Amino acid sequence: MTKVKTPIYMDYSATTPADPRVADKMCQYLTPDGIFGNPASSSHSFGWAADDAVKKARSQVADLVNADPREIVWTSGATESDNLAIKGAAHFNVRKGKHIVTMKTEHKAVLDSCRQLEREGYEVTYLDPMDNGLLDIDVFKAALRDDTTLVSIMHVNNEIGVIQDIAAIGEICRDRKITFHVDAAQSAGKVPIDLSTLKVDLMSFSAHKIYGPKGIGALYVRRKPRTRIEAQMHGGGHERGMRSGTLATHQIVGMGEAFEIAKNEMATENDRLLMLRNRLYDGLKDMEEVYVNGDLEQRVAGNLNISFNFVEGESLMMSLKDIAVSSGSACTSASLEPSYVLRALGRNDELAHSSLRFTIGRFTTVEEVDYAIEQTRAAVEKLRELSPLWDMYKEGIDLDSVQWAAH
Amino acid sequence: MAYSEKVIDHYENPRNVGAMDKDAKEVGTGMVGAPACGDVMKLQIKVGDDGVIEDAKFKTYGCGSAIASSSLLTEWVKGKSLDEVQAIKNTDIAEELELPPVKVHCSVLAEDAIKAAIADYQSKQQQ
Ligand SMILES: Cc1ncc(COP(=O)(O)O)c(C=O)c1O
Repeated sequence: MTKVKTPIYMDYSATTPADPRVADKMCQYLTPDGIFGNPASSSHSFGWAADDAVKKARSQVADLVNADPREIVWTSGATESDNLAIKGAAHFNVRKGKHIVTMKTEHKAVLDSCRQLEREGYEVTYLDPMDNGLLDIDVFKAALRDDTTLVSIMHVNNEIGVIQDIAAIGEICRDRKITFHVDAAQSAGKVPIDLSTLKVDLMSFSAHKIYGPKGIGALYVRRKPRTRIEAQMHGGGHERGMRSGTLATHQIVGMGEAFEIAKNEMATENDRLLMLRNRLYDGLKDMEEVYVNGDLEQRVAGNLNISFNFVEGESLMMSLKDIAVSSGSACTSASLEPSYVLRALGRNDELAHSSLRFTIGRFTTVEEVDYAIEQTRAAVEKLRELSPLWDMYKEGIDLDSVQWAAH
Repeated sequence: MAYSEKVIDHYENPRNVGAMDKDAKEVGTGMVGAPACGDVMKLQIKVGDDGVIEDAKFKTYGCGSAIASSSLLTEWVKGKSLDEVQAIKNTDIAEELELPPVKVHCSVLAEDAIKAAIADYQSKQQQ
C-alpha cells in the first residue's frame, strides 16, 4: 500500500486550511506588540496602523478580481455577502419591481435569502440547469420580465464545480438594467475574474475557500454604474454605511494575504490541480457504471463529483474512513432526500444517492490521489458485492421496471 | 456522524452476505426499500422441515446502519423458529446497534425485510 499520512483531506470545497503564510500574517494583528488597534480609531497611531493594514488588504482583494478597492465591503463571509446583496438590492429597488431570477442549484445562502423575500411579497423564479449543470441562456432570457430587478447566479457551483457563463448573463442583465449578483465563493482564486470587463454589479467572496481564515468575506459593490443596496446591519456606519461593525483586522489581513497569494499562484496551481484531478478520474473511470456529475470541461480544476451506481454514498464514505470527502446522499435527514443540486441536473435519485464529491487543493499530493483511487475502487467493489441492486443489474433487470416498496 | 462500534463491526465484517435460490421452495425472500430512498434490503431464509431457519443471507444497498441492521438480523434468525423470528422487533435491532434516531428507519426496514421473507416462504408452502 502507498505510504501516505492519513486521514487525507479531499473536501476543499467545504473549507480549506489557512495557508501558513496567511496564518503567520494574521498573528501579527492580535497581541499587545502587534497591530491590534481599531481601524476606526482615527485619533491615534494604533488605529492608523490598523487602518493601513485594512487598506492594503482591501487592495489585495480588489486586485484579484480587477476591481477598485472602494468597491469592496467586508462581511463575515459569503453567506452574509449573499444576504446583503440579494435582500439589499431587492429592497433598494422595490419601487421598480419585485421579481428575482436565480437557479435551483444555488447555495442555500442565496436560495434562503430568496425564500425570505418571497415571504415579504417578492416573486422568485428558480431556473433549472441543463443536464450538465449549466444555465441555458435562452431559458434565462425567457425568464426575465419588466419587473425583474435582480438576477443572482453563482459563478462556480460548490457541489459539482461547473462554471457558469457570467459574462454572457451579465451582458443581458446590463442591457435590461437589471442588477446582477454573482456568488463567487467557489471561484475567486480558482477562475480568472475581471470585473473591469464583466457586467457584474455585486459579487460575494469568502476567505476560507481559498486558504484564508473562516468568518471573513467581502461583497463587491460596483461604483460605475453605481449599484445601490440597502444595509442589513446597522450601527456605526462602517463600510460606507453598507455594513456596520468593527472591522476584524486580523481576519481582513488574512483574507487579503490569501487573495494576493491566489493571484500570484493561480495559474500554476490550476495546472497542478487539473493534472491531479485527471489522474483521479483516470484512476476510476474504467470501472463499470461510473458517472461524472456536471460538465467536465466547464469546471474548476479541483472538483470531481462522481456517482458509483448501485452503491450508496454514505456507506461508501464509511469505507473511505481515511479520506475526507462528501456525498450527495442524505440518509441522515428525515426526508431521505439526496442532494438538491444533483436532482436539479435531472439525475435520478439512485445516482444522486451514489455520489461522492472529491475536492482537492493546494496541499493535495500525487500520493494522496493514488491512495484515494486505490481505496475508492476497493470500497466500491466491496459494496457492490453487498448490493442487491448490483446483482439485479448484472442479471439484466431494469431497475426502473421494478415495483419498489417505497417507505 | 459517529457510528457505534457494533455498527462498524457489522459493516466491516458483514455476516451471511450472499444469495440463495429464490425459486427454491424452502427459501423465503424479502426485498424492501427503494433505490430512490437510498436503501434496499434483500433478506433470504432457508427453512428446514421442522420449521426452523437453517440459513439466512442478505444483500443491502444503503448506509452503514442499514447494512449492519440486516447483517445482525441474519445472525439472530438462524436456528430460530418462524414464530420466534416474528417476535423480533425493530427496536431490538436499534437497541443492539445503538442506532441514533435518524437511523432507526434502517432497523424498521430490516424488520420489514424478515417479515416479507417469512410471508414469501409461507405463501410457497400453501401452493
Ligand atoms: C457557493 C457558496 N456560497 C456561499 C457559501 C457560504 O460561505 P461562508 O461559509 O463564507 O458563509 C459557500 C460555502 O459554503 C459556498 O460554497
